[in-house]
Amino acid sequence: MTDTHQSRVSSQAGLGRTLWNALWPVLVAVLCGLVMHLAIGPWAGGYASTVMVACAINVVLAVSLTVVNGFAGQFSLGHAGFMAIGGYTAAGIVYYGSLLMWGDASPSGSVLSASFDEVAGRPWLAAGDALFVVACLVGGLMAAIAGYVVGLPSLRLRGDYLAIVTLGFGEIVRVLLQGTKGQIQPWKMSELAETPGWRLPLHLGGPQGFNLLPVYTTLFWATAAMTLSAIVIYRLKYSALGREFLSVREDEIAAQAMGVNVTRAKVRAFVVAATFAGIAGGLYGHLTGTMNATELDFKRSIEIVIMVVLGGMGSISGAAMAAVLLTILPELLRDPPAIWPAGLLVLAIVTFTQWRRRRFSWPVLTGIIVATIVFEVGRRVAIAHAVDLADYRLVIYALLLILMMLLRPDGLFGVHEFWDVLGLRRVPRPGIDGRSEVEA
Amino acid sequence: MDKFLQTLMDGFTVGSLYALIALGYTMVYGILQFINFAHGDVFALGVHLTIVFAAMLGIEGLATGGPASLPVVVGVLLLTMLACGCVGFLIERLAYRPLRSSPRLNVLITAIGVSLLLQNVGQLPFVFGPYRKATPNLLPDVTLATIGGEQQTQDDGTLEIVGGVKVTLVNVTVVLVALAMMLALQYVIHSTRFGLAMRAVSHDPRTAGLMGINVDLVISLTFMIGSMLAAGAGFLYTLKYTGNVAHPGEATWVLLGLKAFVAAVVGGIGNIRGAVLGGLLIGLTEFFGVGYLSSEYRDAYVFAILIVVLLVRPQGILGRPKIEKV
Repeated sequence: MTDTHQSRVSSQAGLGRTLWNALWPVLVAVLCGLVMHLAIGPWAGGYASTVMVACAINVVLAVSLTVVNGFAGQFSLGHAGFMAIGGYTAAGIVYYGSLLMWGDASPSGSVLSASFDEVAGRPWLAAGDALFVVACLVGGLMAAIAGYVVGLPSLRLRGDYLAIVTLGFGEIVRVLLQGTKGQIQPWKMSELAETPGWRLPLHLGGPQGFNLLPVYTTLFWATAAMTLSAIVIYRLKYSALGREFLSVREDEIAAQAMGVNVTRAKVRAFVVAATFAGIAGGLYGHLTGTMNATELDFKRSIEIVIMVVLGGMGSISGAAMAAVLLTILPELLRDPPAIWPAGLLVLAIVTFTQWRRRRFSWPVLTGIIVATIVFEVGRRVAIAHAVDLADYRLVIYALLLILMMLLRPDGLFGVHEFWDVLGLRRVPRPGIDGRSEVEA
Repeated sequence: MDKFLQTLMDGFTVGSLYALIALGYTMVYGILQFINFAHGDVFALGVHLTIVFAAMLGIEGLATGGPASLPVVVGVLLLTMLACGCVGFLIERLAYRPLRSSPRLNVLITAIGVSLLLQNVGQLPFVFGPYRKATPNLLPDVTLATIGGEQQTQDDGTLEIVGGVKVTLVNVTVVLVALAMMLALQYVIHSTRFGLAMRAVSHDPRTAGLMGINVDLVISLTFMIGSMLAAGAGFLYTLKYTGNVAHPGEATWVLLGLKAFVAAVVGGIGNIRGAVLGGLLIGLTEFFGVGYLSSEYRDAYVFAILIVVLLVRPQGILGRPKIEKV
């Protein structure tokens, strides 16, 4: 009585508290974005910044897919489709909006939307940023609507069949976007004036892709989106809705018997995931200034699924880490650095974890040592024989994927967050970490 | 009318290719209940091995050399099937068997890993290389019969048929070889002891094992047969599509594999006849869509059919509904 009563009271603690609960994630996101954009980005340099932005976008995608594939236990293979819908919507709004408002498709952003070598002389706030943010949010909304439409078949289908339908959806989205008409070029303003507004969504570039988009996505926006989505989805995981998702994953029939509306839970999972994917799509398009549906195909969806699975189905920090790892890995293999410091670090972390649990697993420890030595020897041999490992990076990537599934089928962290696995927090969250509850 | 017949013939030819690939998907699903995403890449391997073996037997490229003699053509087909069968065996043995008891999602991800591995190894410069290759000139370009069309007298007095639907040797060969393979498979599954074992394992692996069936062997052989059918489809693909074929890393193969997989699902996955029916249906849908609606949305028709079929009849046209047990 007392515990639940108190928590209910505190959750109704007035408007100020609610507002603060809603606002602090945004503040944290902006703060993280500012730190990354103004301090870490300039320090790391242009190339590293681009990789970091790509990492952040992939984190948003992976973390959002965790909601469907991890929490709700549905299997979606169409995440790139939602990304494409959001991305194209945002691109259309920003591109045609810029043309109509400023007669020009070049970015008119503030300091926040410029890379650090172009910051000088920019205002702190600009109309372009507002347009960009609104466009990304509308993109997220459109993707959410699509998520609702795709979520509906999940009422009838389960498992592999749902995976196939989402896959089909992603491919249809791609084909339809490739079938749109060519974009109205910035130097053909008269053509733009003749085209009525409702026809503009038909001019999204077609097979050539949607090009010449103003570049807005910087480390600030990417980091802010990443932080915000991570916080929102982390809160979701431990909310009533998140528990509904988890119950649907564990056993649909049991969940239904406990009064969970299974249908509604599944559709909601799709809608939440699609929204963030749409926003990530908007960020993606305005990073390089081009949206190309060809790149947002089945393979892209698979990449995101791989991130979720490697991270551990349902682990937010795991998915985020896997996203970062898989984005950096191909870049690292272009010019592989020495692996042994990372190997030592992993070894130290794993040893620490096992020491905390008073349970040493020698095969795992020797496995890490052997893997490190094998990789190091391979790198030395490659350097000695002047073999370019960049040619082999995708082969290595595929091999790692297979080995990971063979050796650690639960992904990096399983359903746990990495701090749970490290044993840093002694008190398990009840009801979610099934294993710790049984042990207790 | 001409257009209709031509579309029908092309759709039927390509549909039988899809059906051959779909058989591999459906056999694996029937036994192991997982989508073997690497199957489309085994098909691509079949295409490229056909080119390599044909070159080894002296038929290179489109331009050089005339059509090959029959033993050479059959030799290329058998070699390709043998090689792909071995690759299929290795894939199952090394990647899938250790995961037999783990969750299906893990096997699925492994299959994706194997698919990526095949694509990227195939692209390496000393394997097939990251460039397009010309298909070998294996069959003469002969028109066997012409349906419809008008006879016109040429300037030099000879008669020539203009228009009409040409039934070419290639189309007939593709359909006949595909049909022969399907009939052979049907025979193996329904009339041999091995087929009986396969059906038993598909029904319940545990009980089949208790009845003295070597489950591992049956699964290995199923993979080999599926891969050999994919190799056969790859061989027929090089006959049908003369010119340049895409290199192993291109999206073409993934998409072809996906369509064949869609065919298996539409027909009712796990069902052999369903796969054939689905393959033909998908081939015809694709070609009639391209011929009569618009060629831009070529891939969308296939996936639209998929979604419609799954929504109306989730188990596929010939599939049996699975009973949920609590």
